Amino acid sequence: MLNRTLAPESKLVDEISFIEPLKQVLDNGIPVFTINAGKQELVRIEFIFENVNWNASKPLEAIAVSHLINNGTSTLSAKEIADKVDYYGAFLQTEYGADQTCIKLYTLNKHLQSVLPILRSILNESIFPEQELAIFIQNQKQSLQVSLQKNDFLARKSFANALFGETPYGSNIQPSHYDDLKREDLLNYFKAAYKPKNCTVFVAGKFEEAEFNILNSIIGKDWDNDAPSITNKFSFTSIHQGEIFVEKPDAIQSAIRMGALAITRNHPDFPGFQVLNCLLGGYFGSRLMANIREDKGYTYGIGSAVASLKDAGYFFIATEVGVDVCSNTLAEIEKEISILKTDLVQDGELALVRNYMLGSMLGSLENAFSHADKFKNVYFSGLDYSYYENYIKTVKSITAGNLKNLANKYLNTDSFTKVVVGKK
Amino acid sequence: MVDFNRFTLANGLRVLVHEDDTTPMAVLNILYDVGARDEERDKTGFAHLFEHLMFGGSVNIPSYDEPLQRVGGENNAFTSNDITNYYITLPAVNIETAFWLESDRMLSLAFSEKSLETQRNVVCEEFKQRYLNQPYGDVWLKLRPLAYSTHPYRWATIGQDLKQIEDAKMEDVKAFFQKHYNPKNAIMVVGGNVKTEDVRALAEKWFAPIPAGERYLRDLPQEPVQTAERREVVRADVPLNAIYIAFKMPARNDNAYQTYDLMSDVLSQGQSSRLYNSLLKDQQLFSDVHAYITSSIDEGLFVIEGKLVEGVSIETAEAAIWAELNKLVEAEVTDVEITKVKNKSESIMVFAEMSLLDKAMNLAYYELLGDADGLNTEINKYLAVTPAAIQQAAKATFKKEQCSTLHYLTAQDA
Repeated sequence: MLNRTLAPESKLVDEISFIEPLKQVLDNGIPVFTINAGKQELVRIEFIFENVNWNASKPLEAIAVSHLINNGTSTLSAKEIADKVDYYGAFLQTEYGADQTCIKLYTLNKHLQSVLPILRSILNESIFPEQELAIFIQNQKQSLQVSLQKNDFLARKSFANALFGETPYGSNIQPSHYDDLKREDLLNYFKAAYKPKNCTVFVAGKFEEAEFNILNSIIGKDWDNDAPSITNKFSFTSIHQGEIFVEKPDAIQSAIRMGALAITRNHPDFPGFQVLNCLLGGYFGSRLMANIREDKGYTYGIGSAVASLKDAGYFFIATEVGVDVCSNTLAEIEKEISILKTDLVQDGELALVRNYMLGSMLGSLENAFSHADKFKNVYFSGLDYSYYENYIKTVKSITAGNLKNLANKYLNTDSFTKVVVGKK
Repeated sequence: MVDFNRFTLANGLRVLVHEDDTTPMAVLNILYDVGARDEERDKTGFAHLFEHLMFGGSVNIPSYDEPLQRVGGENNAFTSNDITNYYITLPAVNIETAFWLESDRMLSLAFSEKSLETQRNVVCEEFKQRYLNQPYGDVWLKLRPLAYSTHPYRWATIGQDLKQIEDAKMEDVKAFFQKHYNPKNAIMVVGGNVKTEDVRALAEKWFAPIPAGERYLRDLPQEPVQTAERREVVRADVPLNAIYIAFKMPARNDNAYQTYDLMSDVLSQGQSSRLYNSLLKDQQLFSDVHAYITSSIDEGLFVIEGKLVEGVSIETAEAAIWAELNKLVEAEVTDVEITKVKNKSESIMVFAEMSLLDKAMNLAYYELLGDADGLNTEINKYLAVTPAAIQQAAKATFKKEQCSTLHYLTAQDA
């Protein structure tokens, strides 16, 4: 007779294998890191550029260039670029990040040869037409107006501004910043940032010698841009600690976001801090979810995270809760953090978190794209795969005492920035 | 190409296996053939609330999530108007844990009052977070009852209002489980680093003992053909005027479905599309404009929505959308356009094969539609669509008397 009360036997995740990339260099010096894996005849190619020449009075330059770079070159109009990319069933995406900007191409291999020349034109000959800039400004301002009515957006924005001030990590973007955008500034930024010296390429998918040769023959030739640039570099001490309350009289839910500057991936405590974070708010069974959602029903979701940027790390907790239970939620968050600082986590819970994190790491290595993403994480932190070895070792071996120490070191709620948007 | 093996247990549970040895992981996906369309008119939001309760412990296992996380697994679920789908990803070596957990909650739930109480609150907060506390968040709560007079697609999966969720009773929960959650109404897909014979043995062990239950026979009220234009104006505290236009379109299994999907792509797929170039770039009437289909199993909706540039009148904007729709009625799309949207569809399908979970979910869904192999032959249906077929679809669809239009206006325009 089947005994359904007993769990089947299970095994610990032991072996986690990473695919390391092959490094090659294009004729013009751009390094190319390739994860050649997968069965499908497709490829993702990412052109990543460090953000440069930060000017706090013009915080949208890099963002606008990234948005508009595929909106007209000296040989192709915005419509022609879109027509060609779509015709070949490819996807061309630009992604602005706080540290780097990425131009991402997804294509079936059979169309690689046809699509790359469009990319070459974009990377060399973008002209940022006035007309396209005007449309961009108008539509982005409208989209910002909608976002500014969302409590979670406001909470994120004011939290980031409190931690990072007027830098790319925290800049308090207003609609008027869009009006200040000038075509000349975009062109200058483009010439300084989009050059081989500032570019790294990451490839994932089916990509062998023939494909590399196509890439090299089209993108590996000399580029036009070569203006001087200074790569962004920042240092931070938290600018605004304590409570920030943005009142919204009609709110039916309040957005909460709290946390503080912390450590980056390079810091020896980082993997341990990730275990601590997981325990507190990093997965569905976390203490915050168990208490505030599953026991009290105050929210649809609550979570915490540790984020590592190039020049800063930070920790935060975020949720949206009914306005009537906002104060209770704040008190429960404090309580959960305080327990981590005073009580040792029990063996059962720690074993669960270890297994969950190892399973999650294994599951995050699903395909060539995810292997490339894992490499980018360490590459841009100046680390190598020993980081992951150390991470896995830490997850397997960290003790309850270590976690309590880390909680006391990094989770000082007195020095947290605590943002509430809505009603208290 | 997504290969699979298929068998059915004596109690009616359909099982599909997709072997993929490139991953150390496995997926167990169970689709239950029940969605918001199967709810009673005065108990809407129930299928979704029920999905939450499926995580509140089962008859022999007090906690669903904990044992799964303990073996390195993760899970989630979603409810739509048509289906409820549950999925687990975990290291393949621990696949039996997934069988244990899923079979026990198919056998019976714990039906704990505490869980019902909590999840009622959680779902009410979800309702507020996603539908009430967001600009334009309640659009679908307005647009569905405008477009459907009779069919249960009238209501959104979250439910008609908070009140019906607050009123949910344990007896309703039990009745819903009895009616819908049995092997005959489910399709299970196991994918990843597994072997069909092992899956068969595990399925026999854990699922075969579950009583077959009654097969639920769906008999939904049919939507009458719309013969008069419908319009509604909403005013709310939003920054921009917006417009939503909805037309009925064929059901998911209708031969014309792919034609409508490509027609929406011609209008709205990517920056080369017609609406983007004409309405946003050239005429600058909209800051945001899209056309899409709801992909419903019963008669669905073809929707055009957009946010207006400040200063543009809603009448001008609406007329401009109609001008684009009329172009589809008056002339065939070009060969370049049709090739483009077909190439794009092909790409999207190949890229979807990168994800094990997507493959498993798609197999389950196509099996529900009639045959899991439809996933592999779907592209041929897209490639067979002609410009003439799109024009014919446009002619049959874009008529004022078949149209439901919602103007969502800023309160300050009042």
